[in-house]
Amino acid sequence: MNAPASPAAADALPRHFLGLEDVSAATINRILEEATRFRHLVEQPDKKTDTLKGRTVINLFFESSTRTRTSFELAGKRLSADVININASASATQKGETWMDTVRTLEAMTPDALVIRHAESGAPHLAAGALTSHCSVINAGDGAHEHPTQALLDILTIQLHKGPIQGLRVAIVGDTAHSRVARSQIHALHTMGADEVRLIGPKTLIPAAAEEALGVRVFHDADAGLEGVDVIIMLRMQMERIRGAAVPSQREYFRLYGLDRRRVGRAADDVLVMHPGPMNRGVEIASEVADGPYSVILPQVTNGLAIRMAVLKLLAGGESA
Amino acid sequence: MRTLIRGGRVIDPASGRDEVADVAIANGRIQAIGDAPGDFGADRVIDADGLVVCPGLVDMHVHLREPGQEWKEDIESGSRAAAAGGVTSVACMANTRPVNDRRSVTEQIKSTAQRVGLSRVHPIGAITRDLAGETLTEMHELAGAGCVAFSDDGRPVPDAGIMRRALEYAATFDYLLILHEEEGALSAGGAMNEGAHATRMGLPGIPNASEDVMIARDVILAELTGGRIHIAHVATSGGVELIRQAQARGLPVTGEAAPHHLFLTDTDVGAFDSHAKMAPPLRSPEDRAAVRAAVADGTLTAIATDHAPHEADAKSEAFACCANGVTGLETLLGLTLRLVDEEVLDLPSALARVTNGPAEVLGLEAGRLGVGEVADVCLFDPETEWTVEPERMYSRSVNTPFAGWRLRGRVTHTLVGGRLAYPFGDAE
Ligand SMILES: [Zn+2]
Repeated sequence: MNAPASPAAADALPRHFLGLEDVSAATINRILEEATRFRHLVEQPDKKTDTLKGRTVINLFFESSTRTRTSFELAGKRLSADVININASASATQKGETWMDTVRTLEAMTPDALVIRHAESGAPHLAAGALTSHCSVINAGDGAHEHPTQALLDILTIQLHKGPIQGLRVAIVGDTAHSRVARSQIHALHTMGADEVRLIGPKTLIPAAAEEALGVRVFHDADAGLEGVDVIIMLRMQMERIRGAAVPSQREYFRLYGLDRRRVGRAADDVLVMHPGPMNRGVEIASEVADGPYSVILPQVTNGLAIRMAVLKLLAGGESA
Repeated sequence: MRTLIRGGRVIDPASGRDEVADVAIANGRIQAIGDAPGDFGADRVIDADGLVVCPGLVDMHVHLREPGQEWKEDIESGSRAAAAGGVTSVACMANTRPVNDRRSVTEQIKSTAQRVGLSRVHPIGAITRDLAGETLTEMHELAGAGCVAFSDDGRPVPDAGIMRRALEYAATFDYLLILHEEEGALSAGGAMNEGAHATRMGLPGIPNASEDVMIARDVILAELTGGRIHIAHVATSGGVELIRQAQARGLPVTGEAAPHHLFLTDTDVGAFDSHAKMAPPLRSPEDRAAVRAAVADGTLTAIATDHAPHEADAKSEAFACCANGVTGLETLLGLTLRLVDEEVLDLPSALARVTNGPAEVLGLEAGRLGVGEVADVCLFDPETEWTVEPERMYSRSVNTPFAGWRLRGRVTHTLVGGRLAYPFGDAE
């Protein structure tokens, strides 16, 4: 029997964590294992470790997102890192600085990780390319591109409830065209061996050339799309899409794509229902489902914290390649 | 100044000439091609052994940025880039600041270009005042000041009624309208070609329909009004087909292709490379093939660069926010010759697309190499390979997606009216 390669070398993370499109199963497993350990930690009365003592994490949010920012902030603090939050959309950019100047200025304060959220696809990539120090960039959501930690928390949640991703059929319902989480989820599900990923929604909410671009199956009929699936991931419906021309009304959307008990019945008996929150009850999901036995919406939040701790540890802890 | 270009391969696509010959130039015009007259006392002899001697290139779609954005480019730096690229005639777009929608701006551009003296600069006037798409410019006055065509390039004329009036008015005097075809509501928010790559990148897409719908509209309006239209930077297979059909019906519709649409596709956006951001966007391989075929069969008679200089900062925003456009004057010849290497066109036809093709669309006395014609000449070494190196370019901005490309065909001399514009030094 061959000696296993050194796990640190085999599973070395890339220096930056920008998305899941090119991330290997080995790397994802490494993050999930680390997160599983942290999940136990967060159930203890003393929730802190000194893993990142002396390290600095800056949360640089050019677009507000209380949930994601809080999750990264708490993750950093539980690892004993010095965490700084900067809501740049409200400060620097108003002073006429370009956002890249803000990134460079913060880099000069020698952080170990910059967690970046930006409304434009590719912004964290641009920042990563401009950095000259050892600092890692972690993508906390860019435009309609990727939101890798959010997707991994869903992967972790699925694994904890259903075991390996291998062979599962997963339906993502709603506005995949504008969803960064969906793209990251699709990449991760494929990498981890899911049998099939289905996108369900009207053509206005499904991205162009989705089958070719993302290797998914597209369904415009929710009942057909949900048939036999093991996991249903609901996406939050942005109200401006309804006011715009993507969907004529909440009423029609819920009738066609809303997840109620009857529709859940099309899926596998032990189906898992997920939602990244915050939910629009009665728009994309009925309360009877959101609060029902298949729903794992609250455990998702806990797992999110564990995933972010794992990613921060592996990148800001100096274990990345 | 009497110049003798000795022993080069003289190619003049307009006349079909392709032979090794001498070219004798006097008083700014071509005196003789063949054996120079015995009594021709040359002040300067250029040994063109192994070189191609062709008409100076005509680039009918250039943004010179002066007046108003001289940090991106000015008439002098743009003229240098043109001369270094073998381009002797440049038609410059009206989206300067202020817009070239009044005589004073046209005259300023012409006089500055004349003072620089490295290239013939032909201003294109705006179709509508301040490019706002609402009120027609004084086209007759602008033409009198030297505008050779009219365009709101950078923008379409959104209102079909205004477009109809613009075409009717222009047709009164047989003026040409050059059209940037983009349907605003279909392009809204878009950053790149709509398709699989945009979906992977999470970037908002621009469908081909945005371009095709407007070309269709304007072909129909050209038919209604009898106006002459030229479609700028055609990038879609549908657009090519609409132009082909219009020409088959005998309508005065021409078009041009930009080098980047002939060589790149939307996957060249890669991971958010801002040098691949332009309007219209890089399209699919099928679209690229259709545009190539249209250049090959003469549906599109011009290759024009859409030279759009931007400083580095304008290209270092997030992809969707950064400026559109790439530079092109200094890579035009090399990329056109690459079409010959890739067997899209033979050499004389390829040269036609950058000489008499665009000159005829604009009605310029340019792009021909015949006895009595103005002596605008480009000499290049067809075999020398060179690497596109932004740091060695003359344009003030170096936003090129072709950096690092190996191209064949290096310009050795550019003559404008018989004077040496490149290498620099002589004309100044
Ligand atoms: Zn244009």
